[in-house]
Amino acid sequence: MNTKVKDFLTKYTMVIALVIVFALFCFLTDGRLLFAQNMSNLMLQNGYVLVLACGMLLCILTGGNIDLSIGSVICLTGGIAAVLISNMGMNPYLTIILCLAVGLLVGIWQGYWIGYVRIPPFITTLAGMFVFRGFGRLVLDNKTVSIQNKSFLNVFTSYITIPGLDDVSKYSALIVGIVAAIYVIFSTMRSRANKAKKGYRQNSALADFGRAGIISVVIVWYCNLLRQYKGISVMLVWVVAICLIYNFITSKTAFGRYFYAIGGNEKATKLSGIDTNKIYFIAYANMGLLAGLAGMLCAARVGSVNGNTGTSFEMDAIGSCFIGGASAYGGVGTVGGVVIGALLLGVINMGMSIMGIGDSWQYVVKGAVLLVAVVFDVLSNRKSS
Amino acid sequence: MADNILVMEHITKEFPGVKALDNVNLEVQRGEIHALIGENGAGKSTLMNVLSGQYPYGSYTGTVTYEGKECHFKRLSDSEAQGIVIIHQELALIPLLSIGENMFLGNEIKNSLGYIDWDKTYSEAEKHMAQVGLHESAQTLIKDIGTGKQQLVEIAKAFSKKVKLLILDEPTSSLNDEDAKMLLDLLLEFKKDGLTSIIITHKLNEIVYCADRVTILRDGSTIETLTKGVDDLSEDRIIKGMVGRSMDDRYPQREHKVGSDVLLEAKNWTVHHPLYPEKIVDDNISFKVHKGEVIGFSGLQGAGRTELAMSIFGKSYGTGISGELYIKGQKVNLKDPRAAISHGLAYVTEDRKTNGLILDESIRFNTTLARIAKVCSKGIINVDLERHLAEQITEEMGTKTPSNEQKVGNLSGGNQQKALLGKWMFAEPEILILDEPTRGIDVGAKYDIYCLINEMVANGKAVIMISSEMPELLGMCDRIYVMSEGKLAGELAAKDATQEKIMAYIMQNS
Repeated sequence: MNTKVKDFLTKYTMVIALVIVFALFCFLTDGRLLFAQNMSNLMLQNGYVLVLACGMLLCILTGGNIDLSIGSVICLTGGIAAVLISNMGMNPYLTIILCLAVGLLVGIWQGYWIGYVRIPPFITTLAGMFVFRGFGRLVLDNKTVSIQNKSFLNVFTSYITIPGLDDVSKYSALIVGIVAAIYVIFSTMRSRANKAKKGYRQNSALADFGRAGIISVVIVWYCNLLRQYKGISVMLVWVVAICLIYNFITSKTAFGRYFYAIGGNEKATKLSGIDTNKIYFIAYANMGLLAGLAGMLCAARVGSVNGNTGTSFEMDAIGSCFIGGASAYGGVGTVGGVVIGALLLGVINMGMSIMGIGDSWQYVVKGAVLLVAVVFDVLSNRKSS
Repeated sequence: MADNILVMEHITKEFPGVKALDNVNLEVQRGEIHALIGENGAGKSTLMNVLSGQYPYGSYTGTVTYEGKECHFKRLSDSEAQGIVIIHQELALIPLLSIGENMFLGNEIKNSLGYIDWDKTYSEAEKHMAQVGLHESAQTLIKDIGTGKQQLVEIAKAFSKKVKLLILDEPTSSLNDEDAKMLLDLLLEFKKDGLTSIIITHKLNEIVYCADRVTILRDGSTIETLTKGVDDLSEDRIIKGMVGRSMDDRYPQREHKVGSDVLLEAKNWTVHHPLYPEKIVDDNISFKVHKGEVIGFSGLQGAGRTELAMSIFGKSYGTGISGELYIKGQKVNLKDPRAAISHGLAYVTEDRKTNGLILDESIRFNTTLARIAKVCSKGIINVDLERHLAEQITEEMGTKTPSNEQKVGNLSGGNQQKALLGKWMFAEPEILILDEPTRGIDVGAKYDIYCLINEMVANGKAVIMISSEMPELLGMCDRIYVMSEGKLAGELAAKDATQEKIMAYIMQNS
């Protein structure tokens, strides 16, 4: 096989895997997976995983470190939100800010021990997992608290509807999709023109535009499905925004690059004048903030919070990162990969649910996919070096 | 004919890009203490690793004959089974296990049911400990005994393996004089019982004290073997053998134009060990470097040169650092590497794999890491600009690579070193500290790096060069500081300096 094909295959392994798995489940469910409602729900069901996985990626990048506490933090912040709104009648917007602050505070607490005192993250966050689960249940007083406040739910779960335009079908979704697709193609052209002007090296036009073209088609196709159902949900906006922001941070900023540097070689990074303690600290502080957000996403989507909310959510986030190509030793991984990883897990879950296969088998398959993905990754890296 | 227990003939061992051993011969007679000496990088440890099977048969050429039979050791345990035991400089003991457990690690004494027989383990251990004069309980933890005694545990462990040929790699480097003498006396004692030992050491007085014969290695080749009573076995004679190579034009010419402004000056710099704060690593050291000047630090491993450099580079080594540091006449306090970099300092590490490069990342990524702000606006990386500038650096350094996106880990040693230099040139320093800049790279790449150093000082930078290769310092530096055991042992102008003078400074202090 020539090297170009090989490079392409190694670079897009997980995308190809996602396409294959997706096609497989389309076939197995007689196309029911493709129903507009299912495709819309795919993103909503996995929204919290994507948000958490973006934060988890930063932790993992620093050296394969994980955060075990986020399921508990979700219970805590979701619980606080439910109690404040339903039991105490607090202003929903104030509640949102407060819950984000609580999440950040939890993150700062853990980040301090991990970054500046150098307590191993596994232990620090294991402790956090117990402590914050406990606090969450105390806040909830061991009850299930439901949330009915409309303005709170609207911030996370409503669908964007423009009167006049979206009356017959949700044309707004399609319009957004087309605009996004045009933007993708336009920005590719701009980047190429810029490179040409400054005389920098270019990728081949086929590669650049092929990629942009495929992404555009997928966006328009998905948005057209949303048009047929309820349109664009606010939850989707949240999730896409978070993914884009973290993709930007990790791939385009100096700050983001430090995470990769630390995971690659902490000593060398330190000697390059980078404050490694601060990077650890920020990774976990940020994880807390995102867990706070995810707590409210979950609370709003389910409509209630109880003492078991968020249990084992951290494992979904960790699994998505590793399936998406993040290295268990740190220094390798992208937000794009993590999104693919999360979607892969999501498609498997949903496909099996549609087929009526129970929870137990879903666990078995999820575990197997995780192991296969990582084994494949390790073996292909070994061969290339 | 002499009764040789070991004959190694025509041993050649190559690493990617470097010939570590070139046709080396070594003969060791039964019952002698044979010293192996040479500068750092001369190939002593490599030769012993060939012997012990650490480098398996087939990865080198030449023959190893032991007890009259040719050996094909594939792994360490093969040579140990024959009674060849090597004790490394860094002791291979596990601090939180007991002496007895350490002695039989991987070699446990089991009873008929397959359980470890602890009673027998400890009584056997104490038997061997008695042989080496170590009177402790075998249940004492390793961390609770001193380095001297740990060394004895290693030797006792060797006895438990029925050692016939004992190899000690710098056994006294971490011992004080008293412990060191005790160890050497012990070796002399064992010699009477017929044990053969090979001792690798830098300390000439020890060789004169205990060795029967000395083989001198230099640049991966055997130079000569001296025999006690036949040849002159004095320290001066050995030094001559170690350093006596010609200084041809391995060093590019440079117009020596040392400026008058002092770029960096350290006064009374003292550094303590990070883990053992009572131990002084660098003791009251003062030095300075001018614009356009290359100064060198000579000394043996463990003399405190790297520690000095790293402590100056934003306190990245040591505790209890005291002394004053001036950059361009201004007193500065560099609290971390970032501060050091922003004051125009660069430290190019001796250990490029652990402290210098991120091996899994591209040349581009590594190049810009120490000063990424140069390619950023408002914290956002301009990747196109980054690629462009990184490529320029790669070209200037002459790094040979198919592309700048190549992982640094895939480059050869010499090219990695150039990438590392490129990384620091990108940071645009005025004062460069180069720690062993040519370690483990071949002659051609060395020459390139010397040229780069000349270019740097021609551009008005100052270079501080730490090297264990004396000819390199003599060939490149304007002034040379000699360090020994954490102290400044002397300062020489390059034109007056000779290898013998440097070695004499080192030795007089140790």
